[in-house]
Amino acid sequence: MTEYTPTEIMTIAAARALSNDDVCFVGIGAPSAACNLARLTHAPDITLIYESGTIDTKPNVLPLSIGDGELCETALVTVSVPEMFRYWLQGGRITVGFLGGAQIDRYANLNTTVVGDYAKPKVRLPGGGGAPEIATNCGEIFVTMPMSKRAFVDKLDFVTSLGHGSGPGSRAALGIATAGPTKVATDLCVIEPDPATRELTVVSLHPGVTREAIEAQCGWPLRFADGAGETPPPTETELKVLRGLQERTARAHGSDA
Amino acid sequence: MSTFLSLCDAVAANLKDGDTVAMEGFTHLIPFAAAHEIIRQRKAHLTLVRMTPDLIYDQLIGMGAADKLVFSWGGNPGVGSLHRLRDAVEKGWPRPLAIEEHSHAAMANAYEAGAANLPFAVFRGYKGVDLTKVNPNIRSVTCPYTGEVLATVPAIRPDVTVIHAQRADRDGNVMVEGIVGVQKEAVLAAKRAIVTVEEVVDDFGRRSPNAVILPSWTVTAVSVVPGGAYPSYAHGYYKRANAFYKAWDAISRDRDTFRAWMSENVLEKAPEDFAAFTGRQAA
Repeated sequence: MTEYTPTEIMTIAAARALSNDDVCFVGIGAPSAACNLARLTHAPDITLIYESGTIDTKPNVLPLSIGDGELCETALVTVSVPEMFRYWLQGGRITVGFLGGAQIDRYANLNTTVVGDYAKPKVRLPGGGGAPEIATNCGEIFVTMPMSKRAFVDKLDFVTSLGHGSGPGSRAALGIATAGPTKVATDLCVIEPDPATRELTVVSLHPGVTREAIEAQCGWPLRFADGAGETPPPTETELKVLRGLQERTARAHGSDA
Repeated sequence: MSTFLSLCDAVAANLKDGDTVAMEGFTHLIPFAAAHEIIRQRKAHLTLVRMTPDLIYDQLIGMGAADKLVFSWGGNPGVGSLHRLRDAVEKGWPRPLAIEEHSHAAMANAYEAGAANLPFAVFRGYKGVDLTKVNPNIRSVTCPYTGEVLATVPAIRPDVTVIHAQRADRDGNVMVEGIVGVQKEAVLAAKRAIVTVEEVVDDFGRRSPNAVILPSWTVTAVSVVPGGAYPSYAHGYYKRANAFYKAWDAISRDRDTFRAWMSENVLEKAPEDFAAFTGRQAA
């Protein structure tokens, strides 16, 4: 079997969650790699939308920013940012939003705002950007982020975007009809909210990864689903396409100073 | 009607200490040359408004030009932190910086409300999040028709909006192409608008009848500054300098390194020096 890195299987597991029929609001970084991998493998007709206003974009290299020229040049159409957030996101046209974060809790609420106190932060993170409204206006949310005790925390320092709040009924109580986070792809395993409790539960472990290794990187006692199996390993095609994308991207971003 | 001015004169005549200034451009067409001129003229006590502060506000904040920042995502896209913004928020260097933080949807709606001459924007957002606890400007209204509770934020009405565009014609009309962001809304929401452009053309030629054009009478001053969006980009003219965005991480991390870079590359330079960046491969 071909060797692969934890980051590669994380990206591939995230990509597999997307389908050909999805209209996907793409965050920058790991989500962008996963979404474009899906487009270049099993979901060639997926519609990728970036918050810079680019609709149905087909970048040949991964953008470094949310608004690289590559996105506009390969898009079906580019709309203004107010139109993007009003007509397309708030208008309910997006089936999946793809988010990452600095911190996540057991109900898949996310923090990208501060570590420590808001008024006197230990670390000032970039903030929410599009995430607060992506999290509630997309049909469902996929999250991708590597596991660590600093990232998978018992309690968020700040709720930047809403997942399942404090458990069942939290979203409905706020008048939110969308599904919220349905899948979290990490470097060690795939996690989904339990249908009844909404608590994040491991549904598949990546090949060669033990329960203990996963538990050691999580800040709360992480649950495992009955019958949690093994994530199918990356295929040759998935790895080849992902690596080709990353190589083109490195070449494009390194040589234009 | 807009007036063609040198960038130096456009900034001196239209931007005062203490002004609320929006310098927009969503990754694309960020008006760096104008920001550098503001720094050279030592403008101070500004309230800076921008969805993504980006390197442009990292530089203004690090040079002490701002008292307050209104924003919705304050990182170096795809790279990491804005170190000067972080230093100001975490350590108060070089001076304390008040922040008013929003989401992108809120800012985009607030610019649109400003352009529409409305007092506030209404949208479906900010549900279940902590920003509502730390930003008293985030409020709500009950829909008089359905009873739904919707989020509100005040309209953004800058004293001055500054943008960069590809072209102006001889009459001072301005055309923007590519990722158009919130530039049209930001200009129409402002009392005064300064636009830097890559070039002046006799006329805009063949174009879509729906092109984004700001008529001359919506713009206060136009300055011709080729390369003025570098290290961001001008669609059709030059590409985003992604390698420089990565290099900024090391330049900005340390206070002395930052100051030395700003001295050499901003304080001792002039708007026409941006022309050197136009030779880059067309975007």
